[in-house]
Amino acid sequence: MSKMISYEKKNTPVHKLSGFTKLIFFILWCLTSALTFDTRVLFTMIAIGVVIYIIADVKWQQVGGIFIAVMIFMVINLVCIFFFSPYEGCKIYGSRTDIVHLFGDYTLTKQQLFYELNVFVKYFAVLPSVFIFLVTTDPSELASSINGIGVPYTIAYALEITLRYIPDIQDEFHKIKNAQEARGIEMSSKGKLFDRIKNTAIIIFPLLFSTMERIGVVSNAMELRGFGKKKKRTWYSKKPLKAADIAVIAFSVGFFVLTMFITYMDGSRFYNPFI
Amino acid sequence: MKFKFGIKEVVALGIGTALFVVLTTVQIPLVIVPNTALQPRMAILAFFSAVFGPLVGAGIGFIGHWLGDAIFYGSVWWSWVFPEIIVGAGIGAFFKKYAVEEGGFNKGKSIVLFLLTEIVSNAIAWILLAPVLDIIIFKEPVNKVFVQGLFAFLGNAIIIGVLGTVLLIVYSKIVGTSSNLKAED
Amino acid sequence: MVENAPIIEFSDVSFKYRAQQEPTLKNINLKIYPGEKILIAGQSGSGKSTLAHCLNALIPCSYTGDMSGTLRVCGEEPSKLGVFGMSRIVGTVLQDTDGQFIALTVAEDLAFALENDNIPQDQMFQKVDEVAQKLELMPFLSNAPGALSGGQKQRVSLGGVMACDVKVLLFDEPLANLDPATGKRTISLIDDILHNEDMTVVIIEHRLEDVLYKDVDRVILMDEGKIVADMHPDEILCSNLLIENGIREPLYISALKAAGCELTPQTHPQHIETMDIEPYKDEVKKWYHSAKFPASENSSETLLEVSHLKYCYDESRQVIDDVSFEIKKGEMISLVGKNGAGKSTLASLICGFNKPDEGVIKFNGEDMANLSIKERGERIGYVMQSPNQMISKPMIFEEVSLGLVSRGVPEDEIKERVNEILRICGLYPYRNWPVSALSFGQKKRVSIASILVMNPELIILDEPTAGQDYKHYTEIMEFVHEVRQKMPITILMITHDMHLMLEYTDRTLVLTDGKLLMNAAPAEVLTNNDVCDRAYLKRTSLYDLSLKCEIDNAGEFAARFIEDERRRR
Repeated sequence: MSKMISYEKKNTPVHKLSGFTKLIFFILWCLTSALTFDTRVLFTMIAIGVVIYIIADVKWQQVGGIFIAVMIFMVINLVCIFFFSPYEGCKIYGSRTDIVHLFGDYTLTKQQLFYELNVFVKYFAVLPSVFIFLVTTDPSELASSINGIGVPYTIAYALEITLRYIPDIQDEFHKIKNAQEARGIEMSSKGKLFDRIKNTAIIIFPLLFSTMERIGVVSNAMELRGFGKKKKRTWYSKKPLKAADIAVIAFSVGFFVLTMFITYMDGSRFYNPFI
Repeated sequence: MKFKFGIKEVVALGIGTALFVVLTTVQIPLVIVPNTALQPRMAILAFFSAVFGPLVGAGIGFIGHWLGDAIFYGSVWWSWVFPEIIVGAGIGAFFKKYAVEEGGFNKGKSIVLFLLTEIVSNAIAWILLAPVLDIIIFKEPVNKVFVQGLFAFLGNAIIIGVLGTVLLIVYSKIVGTSSNLKAED
Repeated sequence: MVENAPIIEFSDVSFKYRAQQEPTLKNINLKIYPGEKILIAGQSGSGKSTLAHCLNALIPCSYTGDMSGTLRVCGEEPSKLGVFGMSRIVGTVLQDTDGQFIALTVAEDLAFALENDNIPQDQMFQKVDEVAQKLELMPFLSNAPGALSGGQKQRVSLGGVMACDVKVLLFDEPLANLDPATGKRTISLIDDILHNEDMTVVIIEHRLEDVLYKDVDRVILMDEGKIVADMHPDEILCSNLLIENGIREPLYISALKAAGCELTPQTHPQHIETMDIEPYKDEVKKWYHSAKFPASENSSETLLEVSHLKYCYDESRQVIDDVSFEIKKGEMISLVGKNGAGKSTLASLICGFNKPDEGVIKFNGEDMANLSIKERGERIGYVMQSPNQMISKPMIFEEVSLGLVSRGVPEDEIKERVNEILRICGLYPYRNWPVSALSFGQKKRVSIASILVMNPELIILDEPTAGQDYKHYTEIMEFVHEVRQKMPITILMITHDMHLMLEYTDRTLVLTDGKLLMNAAPAEVLTNNDVCDRAYLKRTSLYDLSLKCEIDNAGEFAARFIEDERRRR
């Protein structure tokens, strides 16, 4: 079973920021990395990401596994891109500089390498935001933060319920899986595809059934405690914004605007070193 | 059409997403195509969409895919998160017709309707939306993303079509009322 | 008690659920006064939960149906105020503490209702601290529900409703999920709250003896939607109304009645500690000497042998610590201890769900270390607590045959074996029914049958009667008892139920903090003060009774009474 990435209580400046601030940073960061293809911007983002990792006191044991997994995934993806479209880079940058002919119709070009490097960096640029957000944000703060950016509180609270019940459901899943395995029903990779789906159904069904029962109980409990009657709701664990929060939000917005300006200044999202 | 979003829907969205996330790591590998696997969690998404409607479905798809990938893999592939909204909302569109909790999901008509909407929503999501987003965001080669999209479509359409349908039929049978039962000797 | 206007008043209230033919409540008339502590007892289906739902307005606001008559709570009509409005007057503490614990941490859960009421944060902080102090929850404020014991979770549920300054506390089967000692503490806590705050308490519960640990003003006994008795506990204990309506009497009361004593309210039988036993002493002694000594039959063949078992989840916590014991063929063993003592872990080590760090588990003399979960499943059957956690087929026959089908047993053999098991389990007439048509107890049978069909020599039952009332408890346990007569089977049962272990099991393993504290006859365990304290068990009231009657061998007294009861059933 994979290990889950979860919040770790620490006392770094990043941990001290309000969840709201980190959410804004997270969204703008994702947006920036999605919109830009400017190599300079992407590398700057990687550099800032490394700095945040250091400030947030993230250890290699925490991120190493993920980095390696993402790396393998990206290498496969990059190879795929090359085989599907070996001259994508040439199309984008409008020039072609051959390095070496490989076989058949496949020639390695500088432009293709540079394009694939950009795809690679672009993916890594977004990593810190997801990871830092999960590891440094107290789950209790998440719902109030999401409500804070304008999402209705009912939806925000649904997310809190999700985080609350993931451990319980995971626990129950293991119990049910064990009990069914003792009856001889395994989720192994052996056997015919249809049989495997059938066995999965046999294991998932009791879990689904008890989950449906749980929904009934929790809905009643929430109703009995007055959830959803008022237009607004306060949050016990909301952190007030401090000077550092304002600074980080200002930086995030400023950075976003600046990167967009740099990226689209010349009418193309790509930084073209080949002109 | 107006959709109710009361406490039950909030809780269904929350707990349904939790179940979706927990099942993220459960995969049924396909032997035919290497490195691909069917995702039983998609059947859970289809189940909740069919029972609780399009809003809950879209929410579970979006939040569940995002959160599941984030906490198990540490990274989020946004262009594959958004299409989940289409799958959840699409399958949930006719949830009133299925009447799963009243025992209505047993007739051929509901099953055909479910399969049709399931296939159409998956097609729009994975053959259309996901590749287009991949092209916009990552500027990935057109042929590559459409081939990927096609595989994703096939995998999800199959797992929802088989596992999702089975879960719905069994659940509907178990919660629906039954009459005319006689003890036999 | 101040004699003023009732805080709760039912006048001729009837209620029929929309989906049902018959009304569930029939012409209820009941007055409850401020400051009272009321126990509402009744078996499943007696209407007691429906009555409770009327108080918090879930009926008729969430469960629709036809309601007639008038109900007033604090001068208000719940049906008009709605669930939200009533939540500020009546605080409901649900049976399922996990379901009621909605938020991520203790503090947030205590604040949940305040958050919904849009109370400013600084006021919330104050209120949460105030409630947490009252309930001794301060050290746990930032804990997640997973890091709390059952009793702590229940205190959080209670705090969550107390934060709203409610007038009435309504407890829906508060003892169902707790170990006996924690249950006892809960009852004390409720009593303290009643004395310190301006509250009225209504407890719905069928575990009468445990509730009566502290004074109750009145017991309302319900059956088939009607109130059959509204009496002081002393009076109702002297009558036979409890037994007649499917509620278990306190054990010492049953023992006194078995000895032929005519109980009178003047002797205050509500608590064994303060009861005047003088008038009954001689009769009890006479009965003790004439009662039959339970015959002990011992098999000599060892089925399961566990030696020096050690296991820990991570470096920090030893969950199973050097546990050794044997189970003989044909025995019925109970495994007890407080929540988190390692009972479930021990069971999962035996089933192979987890691998021990050290130690050997032998089955029929064979070391099981190298057997897979599936292979062990052919020798040892494991039945989960809730049948819903096991049932995955809509039809009974399909469900019971599942294990055999997956093992590739030929079809005609499957049919034969399944039918045989269904006959043994009394399910044969229903073989073609959908599982949904069965009651909880019948579903439990199905889940046991689906394990028995694989012919295991040992079955492990995980809390088979948790949350069940006396009638269903008896139904399930008599079924297990019957199976034992019909098949050569050995049973290991994880339980919190002291009655169950006393009444049905031959031997008890007591687990505390991962260590085996005691391995002896149930009557011996439950009359041992020290062990009971350390393992969070509740000493049986038979012990107190025998002591008060100057019978020195309390264990023997308990054993003889249980034997007598068994014989009469």
